[in-house]
Amino acid sequence: MRGLIGKKIGMTQIFDDSGQVTPVTVIEAGPCVVTQVKTVDNDGYSAIQVGFGKRKSKHTTKPMMGHFAKAGVEPQYTLAEFEGVQGFEYKPGQQFTVAIFHKGEKVAVSGTSKGKGFAGVIKRHGFHRQPETHGQSEYLRHGGSIGQSSDPSRVWKGMKMPGHMGVDLVTVKNLKVARVDEENNQLFLRGAVPGANNGLIIITK
Amino acid sequence: MNKLDKVTEKQLRKDIPDFSPGDTIDVNVRVIEGGKERTQHYSGIVIGRRGGNSISATFTVRKISGGVGVERIFPLHSPMIKSIKVTRRGKVRRAKLNYLRKLTGSKATRIAEKR
Repeated sequence: MRGLIGKKIGMTQIFDDSGQVTPVTVIEAGPCVVTQVKTVDNDGYSAIQVGFGKRKSKHTTKPMMGHFAKAGVEPQYTLAEFEGVQGFEYKPGQQFTVAIFHKGEKVAVSGTSKGKGFAGVIKRHGFHRQPETHGQSEYLRHGGSIGQSSDPSRVWKGMKMPGHMGVDLVTVKNLKVARVDEENNQLFLRGAVPGANNGLIIITK
Repeated sequence: MNKLDKVTEKQLRKDIPDFSPGDTIDVNVRVIEGGKERTQHYSGIVIGRRGGNSISATFTVRKISGGVGVERIFPLHSPMIKSIKVTRRGKVRRAKLNYLRKLTGSKATRIAEKR
């Protein structure tokens, strides 16, 4: 299996084998159940669909109940697709745990970043502040000029301006696996992971 | 108990003596050099503690070495700390003894003993 769905628990620190402090993010990863195996013949592309977490039947729509019944699994909280490993035969109902990861391995983590609301250019794009002195006033956090004059007589597309920030899909690559706790289905990654605590994340190799 | 506390619970050390700012302590630190392990001795005045009883708790020890002030920050629960011994209890009225940094000579290490 190439990855798992998980839930961010939070950050803490652990002492590694050499006694050094390692900042880690604790993730409850899996167990994930295969809900559908997509093939080129059937679906136009090949992928493994897995589910994670519990969802009550009364909160699940009828089409989704049918989908889960076909795979013979309990209703899942969320679904995601992963690339399959060549030569491995996947079947609906198969379970994958955090054991697919190994200590020292590098993984990529995708999550939804924390929402920042309507943010200015300093927070959103890292612009500098304007001078507080030299006759300048009231333009401390403004962006400055947004373009030229009569040519082009318009603002270029993609101009960095204030707007909504956060709640984006963010991927962080090359996070090192610091520890794998199979008993509690926990994965310890060195460093920070996008999103708030209890947020859903996708971990891929 | 939340899940994060459970994670760090095993790593918390229970063999740490009770000490506070103003105390003079001896710290034995494990040092691994070129595959060999030896013990390094460090003693001085505790000038501050932070982090309470959490895994990230640290304490700062200050000593005057060859006329130069040296401060070292230790993670309280670090497995690299072999032992901590309190040699003298100091009587202080602050939680952080940063004023010691400005003092020189004998004043820099003078703290009344607690009775």
